[in-house]
Amino acid sequence: MGQTMIEKIIAHNIGVESVKPGDIVTTEVDRVMLDDIMIPFIVDKFHEMGFTKVWDPDKIVLIYDHLVPASQQDDTRHYRVGDAFVKEYGLTHVHRSDGICHQLMTEAGYVKPGDVVFGTDSHTTTYGCVGAFSTGIGYTEMAAILGTGNLWVKVPETIRVEIQGTLPEGVMSKDIILRLIGDLGADGATYRALEFVGSTIDTMTVASRMTMANMAIEAGAKCAMFTPDEKTAEYCGIRLDEFQKSLKGDRDASYLRTITYQAEDFEPVMACPSQVDKIRKVSELEGIPIDQVFIGSCTNGRLEDLQAAAKVLEGKKVAPFVKLIVTPASRRVYEEALACGVLQILGKAGAIITHPGCGLCCGRTGGILCDGERIVATNNRNFLGRMGTSKVEIYLASPATAAACAVAGKITV
Amino acid sequence: MGMTIAEKIIARAAGVEAVRPGDIHTVHLDRMMSNDGTTHLTVDMYYNKLKHPQIADAKKMVFIVDHNVPSDSAKTAGSQKKMRDFAREHAIDFWEGKGVCHQIMMEHYVCPGELIFGADSHTCTYGALGAFGTGVGCTDLLYGMVTGTSWVLVPETVKFNLTGRLPEGVYPRDLMLTIIGQIGANGVNYQVMEFCGDGAKTLSVNDRMVLCNLAVEAGAKTAIFEADEIALEYLKSRGRKPKAVFTSDPDAVYAREYTFDLSCIVPVAAKPDFVDAVVPASEVCGVPIDEAFLGSCNNGRIEELRVGAAILKGRKVAERVRFLVVPASQEIYLQAMEEGLIQTFMESGAIVMNPNCSVCWGSCQGVIGENEVLISTGTRNFKGRAGHPNSKVYLGSAATVTASAVKGEICTADML
Amino acid sequence: MEQFTGRVWRLGDDIDTDIIIPTEYLALKTIEEMKQYGFEPLRPELAAQFHDGDVIVAGKNFGCGSSREQAPEVIKALGIRCVIAKSFARIFFRNAINNGLLLIEQPDLYDDVKEGDTITVTVNQAVDYQEKFYPITSLPENLVEIIHAGGLVKAMRRRNGLV
Repeated sequence: MGQTMIEKIIAHNIGVESVKPGDIVTTEVDRVMLDDIMIPFIVDKFHEMGFTKVWDPDKIVLIYDHLVPASQQDDTRHYRVGDAFVKEYGLTHVHRSDGICHQLMTEAGYVKPGDVVFGTDSHTTTYGCVGAFSTGIGYTEMAAILGTGNLWVKVPETIRVEIQGTLPEGVMSKDIILRLIGDLGADGATYRALEFVGSTIDTMTVASRMTMANMAIEAGAKCAMFTPDEKTAEYCGIRLDEFQKSLKGDRDASYLRTITYQAEDFEPVMACPSQVDKIRKVSELEGIPIDQVFIGSCTNGRLEDLQAAAKVLEGKKVAPFVKLIVTPASRRVYEEALACGVLQILGKAGAIITHPGCGLCCGRTGGILCDGERIVATNNRNFLGRMGTSKVEIYLASPATAAACAVAGKITV
Repeated sequence: MGMTIAEKIIARAAGVEAVRPGDIHTVHLDRMMSNDGTTHLTVDMYYNKLKHPQIADAKKMVFIVDHNVPSDSAKTAGSQKKMRDFAREHAIDFWEGKGVCHQIMMEHYVCPGELIFGADSHTCTYGALGAFGTGVGCTDLLYGMVTGTSWVLVPETVKFNLTGRLPEGVYPRDLMLTIIGQIGANGVNYQVMEFCGDGAKTLSVNDRMVLCNLAVEAGAKTAIFEADEIALEYLKSRGRKPKAVFTSDPDAVYAREYTFDLSCIVPVAAKPDFVDAVVPASEVCGVPIDEAFLGSCNNGRIEELRVGAAILKGRKVAERVRFLVVPASQEIYLQAMEEGLIQTFMESGAIVMNPNCSVCWGSCQGVIGENEVLISTGTRNFKGRAGHPNSKVYLGSAATVTASAVKGEICTADML
Repeated sequence: MEQFTGRVWRLGDDIDTDIIIPTEYLALKTIEEMKQYGFEPLRPELAAQFHDGDVIVAGKNFGCGSSREQAPEVIKALGIRCVIAKSFARIFFRNAINNGLLLIEQPDLYDDVKEGDTITVTVNQAVDYQEKFYPITSLPENLVEIIHAGGLVKAMRRRNGLV
């Protein structure tokens, strides 16, 4: 019997011919991602567990992003704890202000197709965009990995998502993943792998696949899987080896179910307050006045996202009394956007452009709102209270949609 | 008897022939500026305390959101919303996320000869264009907004005769910190600092802004330069005309006179926790830093960004130092992009933020923690100004701050 | 057979980790400092009302959202004995087990139970609510091991020869 992509990765990792859903196995971890907001708790647990050294400093990446720049005095404690850990255990991969963790892990080359990667953030599913098995865990399990280099995993079942055809003009991969989350529900893929195939996926950029892999967790998924191809190889700066080339789900593999979509059927959509699976067509929400727009995050803060926004905003201005906050996902994205003039277009339109980081998405600062205010945002969550009081309404959308709303001052396509 | 520039401005605003220090006059205000520090308080009083709320002339009002941008809490958002809704309802010019208030005022509003109240202490900045700008609280601002007038106790003027020219690598900020260090934090309490002399002529409008902006740190009511060809050229480039150009009379009376030779100024630093604790920068070199800040209404303009970028080119910010670079307005930010300065900052590892008060305001962006050390181009270094009460803030020029960011400890640019 | 009784607090579907402990409190130093803010966006007065031994009964997808382990830790620190839900989000599930917070999946109890009522739980067997029995299944063996060790930290301490 054939194997799904996740089954192949796990089998290869533990050195067996094959695995099946439900198997409980112990993986050899290829890389871990630690972020600033969790580092004090990770370090506490690591010491509490009695470890005296890390299993492999080269496999550990520490990234400051949620708290950059510091908005509260105690944020700096996280930097100090992180820096002390780096010094004590000889870590070399540290990024203190280079951007969002999930952007950097693939952009800086830490994750390769077929890797098994864990991170202390739920959107660690992002690296499935290059065909890695990556998922989020808590700080206690991360501490255990730091000491042992292993983590147990129950092999998940796979849901196959097949998308064929060409996306209509103005529709982005964000609209695809939002629609899928709406169809599945917030728990529709709980503990499953989502494997994406089809001609639409094949023609998609790695950046667009990243948006989809990033949001897989919002349907409860364990991970997202995209077959590595020439685009992946180019993005990662490698040549695919035999194992990596084999990372396609077999036709005769056992899939829990297959969902098919025709790309031409997708339209711009939004996730409405306050659930990610509350999906509506933007056209149905036309005219709702807004106060703020946020373009950024690990979901949609890349160059192609800023370009999509710039295409809408060029020569125009953000609506009066509306704020547009733009936060590129990494230092490299910011520099690329500068070099190609995109950042200038956004700046001239009146965008408030901040340094690369999580920014408003994680809801500590960066554009927090008050009762009665409404925002259109390109990030991945719109839970109650996420960006201010529980009477703030957050609509999730693609960068193209968000930019259009910023110009109009209301929800519009 | 002759009058000084400041006295003439007040006389005109009071509609009288002449004024003398110590007089109290009712004046018509040419403009009022309020930012998100206190406007919500003004708005509350407007609605809750006035029997007949009305605005004398909405066209004279400017509301600017600059202190907490982007918003850091629901409470901030609430105050800003109050301000925004009020501006919208009463057709008041409203700027949000476009830059620091004083920079916007200088770029778009201030004219020589005007009398301007701002609900922010650094309103004295406008003297760089020969206007009388002074900081007031939210209640005075409310009174001004409702009546278009206020009362002014005419201040004495102290003359600051500037001679010579600043040497290479020494900046207006070094000059002003030196002056404040010498005269003390209440050295010109309730007086006007009038800058003049051939040395003043060597200073651009930007340089004059650096000087006037910090005048309040010596206790001054305001600071002022004569609106000469340099100022008028700037004004013309912005498409504005002066309201009135005043010069001090030869027989004007000054409370005191100082002379400063610009060619003798050296790079300096203000040590924690006082703006007047000024020493040569060489005396504090070697102090390790955690954060450096290039920005603020004092030192966030294109001239300072150019200085910073020139020092940073081909270098990196020290590994564990956070170097925040924050242009004072969106216009400056866009210009810095055009000139490749932003590229240089990003390549060197700096943290570039949107135009706002940022680290200088010390409440929500680039806040420093317990026992941390900051070197800054901001206006103040009082205890706890930038974060934790046990943290320390040094003030220095853009060059000194940038060099320190590279070295990881306080150092001057010539030491790199 | 382990058995306990507790007062019910009934929460809805999709209770996410931003509700359980909002991001703005994640820079506080300890769980003790954080716990007073538990569930604040949803029911600000709730955290102060919990007593030791209380039970949360919830709908589907409890604990969805972030991987923040502070979420199950805060619930435990508030004295909650166990969470019974129609289903749990997976990261939360692992984090709870690792911290010794008992989670029980039960599809029907939520629809019947009312806040303020009392239930009795017989671990790995059933929940008794007003004389009706709602069956519950046992956890996979490897998770049972972690719980018996007293959580993952204790398990690691044992491995490192500290226990």
